[in-house]
Amino acid sequence: MTTKKQSLAYIISASSVGTLIEWYDFYIFGSLATVLSTKFFPTDNPTAAFLNTLATFAAGFVVRPFGALVFGRLGDLIGRKYTFMVTLMLMGGATFAIGLIPSYATIGAWAPIIVLTLRLLQGLALGGEYGGAATYVAEHAPAERRGFFTSWIQTTATLGLVISLAVIMATRASLSKEAFDDYGWRIPFLVSILMVLVSLLIRKNMEESPMFAQAKAEGNISKNPLKESFGNKLNLKYVLLALFGATMGQGLVWYTGQFYAQTFLLKICNLDDIQTNMILVIGLLLGTPLFVIFGALSDKIGRKGIMMAGMIIAVFSYRPIFDQMYKTVDVTNKTVVPGSEKMTLKGKTTTITKEYTDGSSYKNVITEVSPDKTESKISIKINEKDQWTLVGYVFFLISFVTMAYGPIAAFLVEMFPTKIRYTSMSLPYHIGNGVFGGLMPAIATFLVSNAQTAGVVQKPYLEGLNYPIALISVCVVIGIIYIKSAKKAA
Amino acid sequence: MNLIKRILGIVWIGLGIGAGIYLIYFQAAPLWAKGGNDLVPAIIYTFVLAPLISIGMSLFGFYSLQGEFDNI
Repeated sequence: MTTKKQSLAYIISASSVGTLIEWYDFYIFGSLATVLSTKFFPTDNPTAAFLNTLATFAAGFVVRPFGALVFGRLGDLIGRKYTFMVTLMLMGGATFAIGLIPSYATIGAWAPIIVLTLRLLQGLALGGEYGGAATYVAEHAPAERRGFFTSWIQTTATLGLVISLAVIMATRASLSKEAFDDYGWRIPFLVSILMVLVSLLIRKNMEESPMFAQAKAEGNISKNPLKESFGNKLNLKYVLLALFGATMGQGLVWYTGQFYAQTFLLKICNLDDIQTNMILVIGLLLGTPLFVIFGALSDKIGRKGIMMAGMIIAVFSYRPIFDQMYKTVDVTNKTVVPGSEKMTLKGKTTTITKEYTDGSSYKNVITEVSPDKTESKISIKINEKDQWTLVGYVFFLISFVTMAYGPIAAFLVEMFPTKIRYTSMSLPYHIGNGVFGGLMPAIATFLVSNAQTAGVVQKPYLEGLNYPIALISVCVVIGIIYIKSAKKAA
Repeated sequence: MNLIKRILGIVWIGLGIGAGIYLIYFQAAPLWAKGGNDLVPAIIYTFVLAPLISIGMSLFGFYSLQGEFDNI
């Protein structure tokens, strides 16, 4: 399909770098949520606290399908190249602006409102970016290697998270804790603009997708992509099939393996945050090549089998894997080193520390926030062997992600015709990933918290998995029965 | 296979409606009553997940029952 001077390697690189930066921009908000909450969302203001929860856990994800509609329509009307340059600028601008907003202490209620608005813009931009990049690469790639070439776009979401964690860790390491809390947290947001500018320069020189250019030259582009995509039963049924038979399950596998694993270790297992991020970064990096391997394999044996296999393995292995992760960190059955238990009192803060014979350590900082209310922050550090065990579990989870996610771009692109492809594939992708998947960590944590309060089930820490397991199971049944195995060339 | 798809259409319609009722009455309603930060999951259940699953699944089931997915 590459008929012009630009090589496919250049096209993939230029598309992937931009998408990777968009993921980076989207993730640093979540990764710095704790710092952002202290700067913009004071807990003593209930409205600000509510906006914080909304901004952190829901807004950016829920708005993604709307971005898919707005930019998908543009992409099918004016072209893929210009549309995903707009999404890149929007994302870069919103991210940079978050780094510049004065704190709540300076501008009061405007601070949380502006942050929430910018988070919505980030979600809109991401909703438009992915479909454009995937479509653009797929329309350049030869049909028999589409899975391989689009799988590079699939790696960007994982690498974007890795880079966001790495930049945050590097910034933290190069500044004192006070300096990071004061101004250092703004750096990851501000450096984004440099990356965006470089990516814009690269993308500026790219040519329009050959399939779209040909359709445009022949006058075969859609006049109303939204109506043709969703107002027409012949296409709408494929949108619904893509959603309930593929992207819903794939999005849940992705967010459970990549993000809930992090939330689970941090908030439910109480693992130290630096150890958690290190485990995640190593696991993600080890697993990333599998995106390309499964993408390429899908060109040989078909997309459906690999995606369904990833989802089925995920359904059956989530509970055992997360159970083992919990037990690896849990200190209740470990032996305390005699004399290691210490308690210190400083003002309204009590700190309890313990050492264990296997090298683990426990720290509980209890702060009195009001005469009748205390807050407890537990942090457990594990030994190096257990750390590698957890890397292994995360790697397993990521391998299911790569099976479900690696071939999905090629699968979606092949499902819809060129003239409404950007719109039609973006919506199910972003409902599956943004809504069903993106909300997964928040819903699962909420379910665990409820189960712990109720105290009815034996392992309340696994209750959060019921949500992804149930929906992935439905998706697998629909996918196996309704989706045709053979590739359907566009 | 086409017959199975059509029969399953009824299942998806039932599942969509059932999931919507479950999410609104058994998950969201107690959260609306609690208020505060619990309003966020209440909003998500009521205005995002419930309509998406119930309308989307029911429509998918309806098409399936009509035979729209036969031979694809």
